[in-house]
Amino acid sequence: MSHDRRGPAAETGSPFAPQTAEETAAMLDAVGVESEEALFDIPEAVRFEGDLGIEPRGERELRGELASLLDGNDDLTEFLGRGHYDHYVPSMVDHLSDRSEFLSSYTQYQPEVAQGFLQALFEYQSMLVELTGLAIANCSMYDAASALGEAATLALRSRSVSGTRILVPEQLQSGRREVLENYLTGTDAVVESYPMDDGNVDIDALAESLDEDCAMVYAENPTVRGTIEEELSTIGDLAADDDAVFCLGSDAVALALLSEPAAVGADVVVGDAALGLGTSGGMGLGLFACREDFLRQVPGRLVGASEDRSGRRAYTLTLQTREQHIRRERATSNICTNQAWVALRAAMHAAWLGPDGLVNLAEDCVRHARDLAERLDGIEGITAPVHDRHHIREFAARTNRPASDVRTDLEERGFAVHAIDDHLVQVCVTETNVEHADELAEALEVVA
Amino acid sequence: MNYDQARWTEDDDRYEPLLAEKRSTEVAVEDSPLPDDLTRDGLDLPDLAEPELARHYTRLSQMSYGVESGPIPLGSCTMKYNPAFTEDVAALPGAGTHPDRSEGTVQGNLELRYRLQEYLAAIGGMESVTLQPPAGAAGEFTGILVAKAYHEHHGEERSEIIVPESAHGTNFASAALAGYDVVELPNAEDGRVDVEALRAAVGEDTAALMLTNPNTLGLFERDIEEVAEVVHEAGGLLYYDGANLNALLGRARPGDMGFDVMHYNVHKTFATPHGGGGPGAGPVGVVEELAPFLPTPQVRKTDSGYETVEPERTVGKVHGFAGNWLVLIKTYAYIARLGDAGLADASAKAVLNANYLASRIDYEIPFSPFHHEFVASAGRDAADVARRMLDYGVHPPTTKWPEAVDEALMTEPTEAETRDSLDHLARAFDQAAADGDDALEAAPERTAARRIDQASAARNPRLSWQALDE
Repeated sequence: MSHDRRGPAAETGSPFAPQTAEETAAMLDAVGVESEEALFDIPEAVRFEGDLGIEPRGERELRGELASLLDGNDDLTEFLGRGHYDHYVPSMVDHLSDRSEFLSSYTQYQPEVAQGFLQALFEYQSMLVELTGLAIANCSMYDAASALGEAATLALRSRSVSGTRILVPEQLQSGRREVLENYLTGTDAVVESYPMDDGNVDIDALAESLDEDCAMVYAENPTVRGTIEEELSTIGDLAADDDAVFCLGSDAVALALLSEPAAVGADVVVGDAALGLGTSGGMGLGLFACREDFLRQVPGRLVGASEDRSGRRAYTLTLQTREQHIRRERATSNICTNQAWVALRAAMHAAWLGPDGLVNLAEDCVRHARDLAERLDGIEGITAPVHDRHHIREFAARTNRPASDVRTDLEERGFAVHAIDDHLVQVCVTETNVEHADELAEALEVVA
Repeated sequence: MNYDQARWTEDDDRYEPLLAEKRSTEVAVEDSPLPDDLTRDGLDLPDLAEPELARHYTRLSQMSYGVESGPIPLGSCTMKYNPAFTEDVAALPGAGTHPDRSEGTVQGNLELRYRLQEYLAAIGGMESVTLQPPAGAAGEFTGILVAKAYHEHHGEERSEIIVPESAHGTNFASAALAGYDVVELPNAEDGRVDVEALRAAVGEDTAALMLTNPNTLGLFERDIEEVAEVVHEAGGLLYYDGANLNALLGRARPGDMGFDVMHYNVHKTFATPHGGGGPGAGPVGVVEELAPFLPTPQVRKTDSGYETVEPERTVGKVHGFAGNWLVLIKTYAYIARLGDAGLADASAKAVLNANYLASRIDYEIPFSPFHHEFVASAGRDAADVARRMLDYGVHPPTTKWPEAVDEALMTEPTEAETRDSLDHLARAFDQAAADGDDALEAAPERTAARRIDQASAARNPRLSWQALDE
């Protein structure tokens, strides 16, 4: 069945437990017991005597099984975004991040043997500081949604804020709102949405709904519809007028081009990296940056620079008294395992692109979306973009036919798009699918 | 067995320079396809070619320590070998789909998710599993949200969660995040749950007891049936923290012990990249009564394939999309590689290794019999001992926790070590113990960086290269 070095496991036990039979016997002897069973101090009543029913497989066999399972996915060219973006990940990122000292290392609680990873995370934090203009960045949360949840709990802890209302845009990736609401379970805060106007924040309506009971205003740039927010400074001023925290959602690619968050009054930036990972089934990297005066309220890990005994610069996890392993129920967050390796990959990817590459990538995403929207607008039965705005990467398009029918028909022709409303589809275009944009347009000419 | 880390000449004032110190460029953002008032003015980032970056990150890796560098016997962290093939299968074409694909077009993903749900349910003795939580603490929070929704559905306002004093800090923090008051339960003298203290602590306010078994001293909670009865009689739920599940695979199941809800730290128990602090994944399993409250979506098998469904009284989503998918693929591959016998053998060897290592070291180990991990007392500053162990070529154990043991060295060698490797670890323990105070205070000497001043890092936080110039 298998030519694996060790296995099938049914005969030899775990292929990753390297003890030989002789070693096992000698070790049992040294411990002074007859058998491995004798080491288990489990009362008979709760011992498990049954079968789990899991057949062991050899490595080669499993590789085939998984390839075949994943082949069960339709091979579609994806034009999908809405908070999760496909950008080309350079080979260097895979190869260098896969070095086992990175991949199989633990959280850097023993800094003397973790200098490399700590420095990489320090560099990640630094790039996020540059992208946001805010003084503090942590070294990762799970994803944009959890980072938003953490931002809201930070706002509620902030002494400059007294309210309980958390305002979010009515058009929002659904997972973000649900995760935010779950993060607020233990508080008396309420999540309320404010209206959008043609894809962007309805400033008058937001001004109307803001009052001193508002702890945080959340806005996104780009929005979930891919539009670029035009009045961020006004939103920042409105929030500041009522002492509310202004939290801005974005991603690392957009941040390279769009207005610097600190310059428009953002107190906190959350979002997804959009770098280093590709689509990966929805795995994310939660960006989190904030103003310096929130330093002791920041959730998650922080890497700081220090010196070692020889007087040279060295790095260590710092301000750990905020964290759950020290502060327990009074911690700023329950997060322990974060997305450190993904942060490492994002930093590598950003460094590989360099400042020119990152800005060019973002500018290309503006052009790609504009060009594709223009192309689709020429198709009978389609209006694109729906919002008369600037866009980056993605845009909504109105269809005469039901959007879900258009989506299904496109799937049969090998393309995936979002159906976001009865007659609205959303299309996302980056450097990874732009060469198929014409084919998408041709397919839409048939099915629209 | 030895390891070496990259070293730099003594006359440099830093080890590897920062990327920004090597070369960075400020580019002006101009002539973009957007009006100026929508864009930033410029961007100042490192500007290095790939060969320089490759060397930079290679050096940084040489200044890091992973389980392929040597043993990492960190108690409660379960740092076992990460099989190479699990990385490859998670990188297969087809693994990288967008999470918003319509379910008819990702039947392969859904089938894999369904099978993994079933595997984990079998391993935990649970009825239903959600794969969505992206880490163990996220799993705890999810489990507590589910428990809360369950109580509320039954019209009960329960305000307290009981947590043993030696539990992981995440238990306390997750309970608090969900809005509960945390009631700390002292250990009994034997290091286990004090059942009488538990009886006194439970009541109509008790929403749940959070427990790991074996506990953080490595001890099996032998009275678990009685503990479950006490909690259940008070109307509370029993929560299993899966951090120590590696000790029980195929031998005991939380569901059979009376636990109602549990999380799995798949990055500890199964394929284990750990990634310097993540990503992990923290699937949550529940008994039948709690299944309607699980996060949405759940994957269900139908006559024609697989579909996602929203549990009837779902708590909603706990991750923006569907969790850490690539980690879940590795988990599936690992479980399938081992099967029933391999999983049970992993536990057996983990427990044997812990007992063997403990038998070889000259330290006081106050609590026993332990399973996959034990807590030795350093008898002096545990952090100093730990740093000295670095000089003997091993990663030290977890230090100064749990507090039930003075100057704790919480040690979990895992099944991945051979007898030779354990003997080497034992020598490192004993040599560090035998060394004089001067040697301990000078340690470590063989690592890339020497002892690091953590106090000044906290007193004067410099958290970015921008802050270094200040």
